[in-house]
Amino acid sequence: MTASGSPVSTGSVSVPHLDVDPFDMNFFADPYPTHQRLREAGPVVYLDTWNVYGVARYAEVHAVLSDPATFCSSRGVGLSDFKKETPWRPPSLILEADPPAHTRTRAVLSKVLSPTVMKQVRDRFAAAAEERVDALLDKRSFDAIAELAEAYPLSIFPDALGLKPEGREHLIPYASVVFNAFGPPNELRQEAIARSAPHQAYVAEQCQRDNLAPGGFGAGIHACVDDGEITAAEAPLLVRSLLSAGLDTTVNGIGAAVYCLARFPDQWQRLRGDHSLARNAFEEAVRFESPVQTFFRTTTRDVELSGAQIGEGEKVLMFLAAANRDPRRWDKPDSYDITRRTFGHVGFGSGIHMCVGQLVARLEGEVMLTALAQRIAKIEISGEPKRRFNNTLRGLDSLPVTITPA
Amino acid sequence: MPAITFIHPDGKSERVEISGGESAMEAATRHGLDGILAECGGNAMCATCHVYIDDAWLARLPDMADDEDALLDGTAAERRPTSRLSCQIKITPALDGLVVKLPERQV
Repeated sequence: MTASGSPVSTGSVSVPHLDVDPFDMNFFADPYPTHQRLREAGPVVYLDTWNVYGVARYAEVHAVLSDPATFCSSRGVGLSDFKKETPWRPPSLILEADPPAHTRTRAVLSKVLSPTVMKQVRDRFAAAAEERVDALLDKRSFDAIAELAEAYPLSIFPDALGLKPEGREHLIPYASVVFNAFGPPNELRQEAIARSAPHQAYVAEQCQRDNLAPGGFGAGIHACVDDGEITAAEAPLLVRSLLSAGLDTTVNGIGAAVYCLARFPDQWQRLRGDHSLARNAFEEAVRFESPVQTFFRTTTRDVELSGAQIGEGEKVLMFLAAANRDPRRWDKPDSYDITRRTFGHVGFGSGIHMCVGQLVARLEGEVMLTALAQRIAKIEISGEPKRRFNNTLRGLDSLPVTITPA
Repeated sequence: MPAITFIHPDGKSERVEISGGESAMEAATRHGLDGILAECGGNAMCATCHVYIDDAWLARLPDMADDEDALLDGTAAERRPTSRLSCQIKITPALDGLVVKLPERQV
């Protein structure tokens, strides 16, 4: 692979053209056969439906993520090329930025969401997880998406950010718009954007300094203005990044973990036997289900990738989910194994744009799975799970379960 | 081929050979060594590849960058003057024989 610089020329290989639409409802319902087809077709493919290149094997996805100078983010990490189209909202100062601009804003968010800060919020997050599970034990039967995967992050994250109590019902719909908007101009995207005005207005308002409670992540970002690390105009947009990417993703991550543990009772029993596996059980769910399925990059120059020639200004779609189950990288990739060494999975991305909120996500996942394992003997799926469709996120709309106390 | 030694909290030591240009963390994870988690995959974000450097070697390591310094404040086990993140230590021939101690926990 020669994603960066000096081509170890292997001669150009032809790029297979595929007619799959990775943003189609039928694909979302069961993406796995298509993922396999994409991986087997070649290291680099071309998707005629949207005129983009695609990479679905681990090595090429990792290579693209590791070379931000060639595969840039500033032209948008969705299908839309910001050089040719006006973005639906002002671009993110971190997600949709390249070095050196990215370096400064990334440092600010890394500081606000650092391991030190996680130590400070840990007890609070754990207590809230225990409270939530206790409430669910009173009910016994409930929807594990609405009442667990959504209710838990909603009970801690907006407070940790420092949001006002009013209007929080906009948070999940806003994130849903953001992640749908990375997709092509299909019905999902168009409808989401058409309905986005009130959610956008709410979010823009909450990002202002006066609306964020002292001591929260949001106030922490604004405090960096006083230190001269960012400008007063940049701070609200960085708070917006936390509101866009900090909630729906963890909802889908926790939902994925519960769905896995309910489907694979042997893994649940392992977790019951050793609660210290909770953190890895969550991590493995992120690999196995890949709540964030895809992201795009745009080439800044002509490049050779695993023998394939890609011109400048081309969109490259990275199938993170397919890479996380590539048999070239993973032993028994389609097994959910909570003792697996998950090192290197791309569920949170990799490289300079790797999810800046990963520590928050892992903390939420770990304390929730620990609380579940401590208090519950059995989780059974008691109704038909319903899928939620989104151009970027994979998750459920509802998951009826019945739990038995330990 | 350079090799380094990891000493576990129980005193057991493991010698790990380094392939060209690897960091101490990469070598540890490639060998499946328990005690180095490296949750962020070496992107200097998580502080779960924390190690204590043997006194004799400390001065011979490359300097610490600001981001590593900040991350070390968030380690699960106590931060000591000898603390480093193993993902930030590229093993050169000059570091052949490096000895590092693993902390009690990484999360």
